[in-house]
Amino acid sequence: MLRRASRFRPLVELTRSRFREFWREPEAVFWVFAFPVIMTCALGIAFRTRGEEPVIAGVVELAGVDGIVETLTRAGFTVRRVAPDDVERALRDGRAPVVVVPGTPPVYRYDRARAESQVARLAVDAALQRAAGRTDTFTPVQQPIEVVGSRYIDWLVPGLLGMNIMGTGMWGVGFSIVQARQKKLLKRLIATPMSKADYLLSIVLSRLATLTLEVVIIIGFASVFFDVAVHGSVGLLAAVALLGAMSFGGLGLFVASRARTIEAVSGLMNLVMLPMWVLSGVFFASSNFPDAMQPFIRILPLTALNDALRAVVNEGVGVEALIPQIGTLGLWGVVSFALTVKLFRWQ
Amino acid sequence: MSRTAPALSCVGVVKHYGSVLAVDGLDLHVHRGECFGLLGPNGAGKTTTIEILEGLLQPDRGEVEVLGQRWDRDATALRVRLGIQLQETQLAEKLTVAETLRLFRSFYPHGPTVGELLDTVELGSKRDAWVSKLSGGQKQRLSVACALAGSPELLFLDEPTTGLDPQSRRQLWEVLERFRAAGGTILITTHYMDEAHELCNRVGIMDQGKLIALGTPRELVASLGAEHVVEFAVAEDDIDDALLSALPGVRDVRRDQARLHLSTSELHLTVPALLDVLRQRDASLSQLGTHSATLEDVFVTLTGRQLRDE
Repeated sequence: MLRRASRFRPLVELTRSRFREFWREPEAVFWVFAFPVIMTCALGIAFRTRGEEPVIAGVVELAGVDGIVETLTRAGFTVRRVAPDDVERALRDGRAPVVVVPGTPPVYRYDRARAESQVARLAVDAALQRAAGRTDTFTPVQQPIEVVGSRYIDWLVPGLLGMNIMGTGMWGVGFSIVQARQKKLLKRLIATPMSKADYLLSIVLSRLATLTLEVVIIIGFASVFFDVAVHGSVGLLAAVALLGAMSFGGLGLFVASRARTIEAVSGLMNLVMLPMWVLSGVFFASSNFPDAMQPFIRILPLTALNDALRAVVNEGVGVEALIPQIGTLGLWGVVSFALTVKLFRWQ
Repeated sequence: MSRTAPALSCVGVVKHYGSVLAVDGLDLHVHRGECFGLLGPNGAGKTTTIEILEGLLQPDRGEVEVLGQRWDRDATALRVRLGIQLQETQLAEKLTVAETLRLFRSFYPHGPTVGELLDTVELGSKRDAWVSKLSGGQKQRLSVACALAGSPELLFLDEPTTGLDPQSRRQLWEVLERFRAAGGTILITTHYMDEAHELCNRVGIMDQGKLIALGTPRELVASLGAEHVVEFAVAEDDIDDALLSALPGVRDVRRDQARLHLSTSELHLTVPALLDVLRQRDASLSQLGTHSATLEDVFVTLTGRQLRDE
């Protein structure tokens, strides 16, 4: 027992040191914990769902404007009067998704490329036709339902968590290693009997403690302030987050394995992370990209992590549904750690 | 197993950096319990040599044995027996002194406690201070304490006092003196001659990757055959070197820009004779001084250059 304890003491001490250094760096603490909360807050407010909202319609101020305004107002529209030379601008800046030009017949001006504009045109048309005497052939039963986990914020929060796990994993690991290399601390450490594997492992392990807090803070904040619920098991969420953190920790080690300066490693980090911010579905679904790109997007570790986190948080799936994502993350972690051990520059 | 082997021995060590020859066929033997100083100007190959001995660099050629063991076979066992202080290491700034020592101590199977290490280097009062808050001298003492964390048999120090004020240097010397008095062996590089004089039993002077002199500080100074150096400068310098060499007691004449250096074994004869010569030639002295010969003079005599280029 005593022998075992002493075998693990260097690893424990190295991990504790890393952990202390992190907590004594206020900027690092901000980026890991405060930043994602601020992001969630800002995006949650910008894209909040407001229940059923009145459709907005614009009417051009020409002869007959008053009748149309009255009809639409009575039908529940929010009506905005638009000057004749201002129509295009009103459409462009979102003041009115559809603009009615009075006349016989009236003209609907709208933007075909925007779903919101299309819907507004149909609604305006139905209201005006009905006012002009068209009758409905039947009255359908309306059944609005609230689909859980379908709001943007529900979709966004797991993506933000994934992005944060990537960012803190890569920066946390990469920066501290390059700094230690630059200060010749790595060289000093390998002049002791310290095991190199212990050192690399301690850096990944020290991520664990911060990771736990990261997940709790982001998910907790989103659940208290935005009612984002975790539909799957909390244990599975923790396991996926852990696997993601290990995988990006490995990738961070790999990126930092040879860089000599902070500038060099920053450039490499951005090179690795930027494509994933865009492609891996943090703020918008990666299905927006063409089919030809999908196989490439699927193998990115952040795509795997985000998909897995969303599946657990929003859909409540079990572990068996996550096998492809778990495999992808595991592979990235193992391969990058193995390459790091081979390539790492200690002095 | 190898307690009686010499602390260090290397034979025919060669190391190139690209086309630059950093160490040129070095032979070196350090005995148990001695403090050996490797002296030389910047770029002489001292750091390369010490890092080869420390197992941090691979020599291109040559044999290295440390405490009877070899880096290619016994690296792990050897690391436990050595204490190493590197020239440029900056320890983690946001760890405290005690935390830093606890970390280094954890790498070694046996050694003093953190409290004992703090006492050894007199940093007890700084125990809970962050490394970033320490003075230069305190940082160096902490660095030496890290090197002592595993009770090493052999301590390597690479220019440990460069840039320190005289008091800090003296404090560090006391730490090293105590380590040696307890039976430890030290290999230290320095370009301070007084440091070598104070600490070292033997010194080796390095220049351009070669050992150009070896012995106790006293032997090396004695090898000049002159215990004193007269330095002077004159307004109109048209004095022949041969004339100066012929003065009583003079062993060597050197010019360093406008200054002349005479090495002499008999200061009391040389100075009056020099003044006579100058008076006869109507040369007016603009400077005159004497000092006891030092290792610095040994180096200058051997290479014709100053040890420190500033």
